[in-house]
Amino acid sequence: MRRRKLEEMFFKALMVLSTLAVSACLFLIIGTIVVKGVPYLNWDMISKIPDGGYYFGRSGGMLNAIVGSLYIAGGATIIGLLISIPVSIYLNVYLKKSNAFGKLAKLSFDVLFGVPSIVYGAFAFSLMVYLGVRASLLGGIIAVTLLIIPIMVRTLDEVVTTVPKELKEAVLALGATRWETAKVYIRQIRPGILTAILLAFGRGVGDVAAVMFTAGFSDHIPVSLNEPAATLPLAVFFQLSSPIPEVQGRAYASALILTIFILIIVVLTTILTKKRN
Amino acid sequence: MNIRLVKDKAIGTGMLTLAILAISLVFLIGIGLYLRAQPILDKHSIWELISSSAWRPMKGEFGFYPFIMGTLWVTGIAIIIALPLCLLTAIYLVEYAPVRLKGIFLPIVNMLAGIPPVIYGVWGVFFIVPIVQQYVAPHFVEFSTGFTVLSGGVVLAVMIFPLLVSIVTEVLATVPKELKEASLSLGATKWETIKKVMLKKARPGIFAATVLAISRAFGETIAVLMVCGNVPIAPRSVFDPGYPLPALLANNFGEMMSIPLYDAALMFSALALFIIILLFNMVSRLILNKLEVRNA
Repeated sequence: MRRRKLEEMFFKALMVLSTLAVSACLFLIIGTIVVKGVPYLNWDMISKIPDGGYYFGRSGGMLNAIVGSLYIAGGATIIGLLISIPVSIYLNVYLKKSNAFGKLAKLSFDVLFGVPSIVYGAFAFSLMVYLGVRASLLGGIIAVTLLIIPIMVRTLDEVVTTVPKELKEAVLALGATRWETAKVYIRQIRPGILTAILLAFGRGVGDVAAVMFTAGFSDHIPVSLNEPAATLPLAVFFQLSSPIPEVQGRAYASALILTIFILIIVVLTTILTKKRN
Repeated sequence: MNIRLVKDKAIGTGMLTLAILAISLVFLIGIGLYLRAQPILDKHSIWELISSSAWRPMKGEFGFYPFIMGTLWVTGIAIIIALPLCLLTAIYLVEYAPVRLKGIFLPIVNMLAGIPPVIYGVWGVFFIVPIVQQYVAPHFVEFSTGFTVLSGGVVLAVMIFPLLVSIVTEVLATVPKELKEASLSLGATKWETIKKVMLKKARPGIFAATVLAISRAFGETIAVLMVCGNVPIAPRSVFDPGYPLPALLANNFGEMMSIPLYDAALMFSALALFIIILLFNMVSRLILNKLEVRNA
């Protein structure tokens, strides 16, 4: 009897330790970035584009990358919404749940969700070569859109399933067409749409591999879709590989800006999700 | 009345088209990558490509063996670290933790999923690499830069924590309550119930979660690229550098155009990644969906 209790206590202690270790990683990561980034953070980083010798340690900032990231993630999020809202509404309102096509669709989006961003990047790049599009803001938006569609569809799908089935039946029973029912649904899932936007936007801002060869890189803020655009994560990556300490420090500062940005999004998403449940 | 039906039908068709387009993305990606990889597949057999370790693109030699081994090492290390930790964490959160603690820990773990890969990379370079170099490696080998498959594996392990924890918690929650109660009422302790009843019942789900985590780890690019050294030689110990496939793709994409077949070779690696991850995802999703249906 003692042995059984001891075994349970031992494993329970192990579990508490594991939980603490897993959770501690979050603070370890954020802590590291804050400690390394804060000394190099200054207003120029956020408000200026790089000067000529920025990558050799001279003055300037990362505004081009910040704006580039916002453009790419923003553009992709808008296009992603235009595609994924109709898709999830179709799958849930127009189709019956047990429909074979619906099942195939669910599996496809689950699978697409798992495709790594570097593969999306490679595919989008091939597509761009085929269409004659050069590495540009447009290319970056295409790649990130592909990346976030499955995220959005899956999030929306989860939200749509929380709408009570009786609502659908009641609306249909009143003689509404499926499209009119869909409009009722869209109103119901509005907070969920916001969650999907935040999730997709956060992923879009943070991703490197998809934009690495599709968006290019530039020291200027792009003014048209054909111009190459810098992104924040790629700027972090480039600066960190520099041998100059000052530039490396700026990599940490850029990483800090990115982290703060993402954390705000993540916290907002968590609050929204909690509210919904 | 009629116009409403027409509208309904038209919008329905439009949505169906979008849905079909989005779903066919799976096939489009596969076909697209295959077409671009074809030149190298015409010249060399797949077996030759994956078994040769000669990587000399200038001479037209494309052996993927070192990159495949790099990927396997890094992924293997990540799973070995992450799986036990995440299993214990998930069991604790589902079975032992008070609701309030669960409400704190689960969001914290999930937050890890939101952190961008490049941040993991920066953390790896600044935190994990020096630890491996100064405190871990010297006990085992003479010299190490710290940029090793071990560092890559550790960073990857942290990256797959949220995925593993969230799926395993869900899987454990699907184990029927009656089963637990039956076991407890027969005099088993809580831990014995978990060990002998729940874990057995949850085995397919845990397997599926692991496979998903492996596929996630396979495809991770930037973070791994930043910490694992990128030397195209198959690693022989955890303190050797490695060069996983996604890192190969990311590092060479820009400059490949001028060398014959290089482009096709890189596309082949993208295709290989895509197919492996596709299969892994399908298997685990089918298992997970089945579990969900059975317990719904």
